[in-house]
Amino acid sequence: MKTIYTFGGVAPLTCHAFSADQRQIALSKNNNQVEIHEQSGSGPNGDKFALKDTLDQHDLRVNGIDWAPQTNRIVTCSADRNAYVWTQQPNGTWKHTLVLLRINRAATCVKWSPKENKFAIGSGARLISICYFEADNDWWLAKHVKKPIKSTITALDWHPNNCLVAAGSSDFKVRVFSGYVKDIEDKPSPTPWGSKMPFAHLMTEFSNSLHGGGWVHAVSFSADGTKLAWAGHDSSLSVADATKGLTIFKLKTAHLPLLSCLWVSPSTIIAAGHDCTPLVFNVDGAGQVSFVSKLEEDKKGDGGPAKFSAKALFQNKDRTGQSEVADTVLNTTHQNQISCIQIVKGNKDRADVISTSGGDGKLVLWDLRTIEKQMKGLKL
Amino acid sequence: MSKNTSSSAFRRIDVDQFNEDNFKDEAELPAHGEAGSPAASQLDSGPIMSLIQGGQPAEALKTILAHAPMGSTKAQEEKDAALQLVLKVLLSVKQQSQVENLVKQLDNDQRDTLMKYIYRGFETPSEGSSAHLLLWHEKVYEVAGVGSIVRVLSDRTKV
Repeated sequence: MKTIYTFGGVAPLTCHAFSADQRQIALSKNNNQVEIHEQSGSGPNGDKFALKDTLDQHDLRVNGIDWAPQTNRIVTCSADRNAYVWTQQPNGTWKHTLVLLRINRAATCVKWSPKENKFAIGSGARLISICYFEADNDWWLAKHVKKPIKSTITALDWHPNNCLVAAGSSDFKVRVFSGYVKDIEDKPSPTPWGSKMPFAHLMTEFSNSLHGGGWVHAVSFSADGTKLAWAGHDSSLSVADATKGLTIFKLKTAHLPLLSCLWVSPSTIIAAGHDCTPLVFNVDGAGQVSFVSKLEEDKKGDGGPAKFSAKALFQNKDRTGQSEVADTVLNTTHQNQISCIQIVKGNKDRADVISTSGGDGKLVLWDLRTIEKQMKGLKL
Repeated sequence: MSKNTSSSAFRRIDVDQFNEDNFKDEAELPAHGEAGSPAASQLDSGPIMSLIQGGQPAEALKTILAHAPMGSTKAQEEKDAALQLVLKVLLSVKQQSQVENLVKQLDNDQRDTLMKYIYRGFETPSEGSSAHLLLWHEKVYEVAGVGSIVRVLSDRTKV
């Protein structure tokens, strides 16, 4: 089952993040503002979101939002090279704190660490800022991970141990770095990715393809942190397994490029992108990735020609004098690219509800449990 | 005083070369991982021609695609020669059903490489070649989907 929400206007949604209780959503409509919408009523589905607050502090387009569930803090980053941490005051308003990122290009993506004591920000300055709170000076400090990044960081994800961070980049590489800040946390225990983790240490590096293979659009660690999935612009989805000697399995799909990917169970990845519909992929015990199905069935016979026909186009032109074919509606729920997938209910081990947003300004909640029942042979 | 000239030669100076952390494509580096693989070996036109004439286009096509010279480490002449060979094979297969069969026999990587050659074939059309290449394009697309077209666009190692 899916629920569709719109937030007024047709502006694309750059990114979105839910609060811990799923009643509030922070989103950016492709501009410099972050809007917080709250759901009224009691039911989780069907109730409309109403604008509650606008976080207006950035000067340029907001590129990333993340909402920390336990500490209820929002972090936003933007093309104006700044990031703000927003904390809610007792009266419900949001207070911002500037983060000293020390970057000279746009900030592109942001992610809270699992323990929420730090966050990582990727930027066009070819570095990752690992930011943590310094109580002495009452500010957020950034440490830089620089080498050997050669281009813009496009995607980030934290390992569940709160120390490793995976970064996808437009230099066609996926890298796993250590984000261990010794000032604020205890030494991490060894992981399959390596045992020594000094700050900014490059644990491993993967090439999206021997042939370049396009930008990396999304990275995601599995729930146990042993596998890393990423999506590249060559329409591929790759999974690397640290317990199997960092072997990569790359699936070249027959679809348009994927922009976002997410583990929803230990063996299932949901990814979406320019195809406007979420796709389900399975990772089996041997590490092989295979395409399972779309998350929604193609609507057929809804009237209107399903297939584009050049003959019909010219016939239409001749008959009516109009050059437009009446049917420009895609047979998917989203009418434009999906750029952001988030888990709303559950976690990477077992996600129950996920949300997608993208270029058509829609936010869609997908209830995976009911979809699993409706679609035969689909295991999520 | 500097002289005001209409010279625009300075615009053609590659200033990026002086930037020490300038992005370098790995494929352009000579020590590329593929150097020792079969792809590095020379493509021999003799046996392939005899395969085509012997009515074994499938074998010919597979051999070329497995040894296709790709990337900027390969000489342009070598790539052009390979393209001519591929085009010979593609144009020698006339029947639609035969094209379908051939495409099905290839694996995914070979289909992606074939798609690259089809697009390169469009660049240098000869009498009737484009129409026939469109047929090949259609059949490869049916099997490999839009993904293979995207990979032609996103790959930095050109055939």
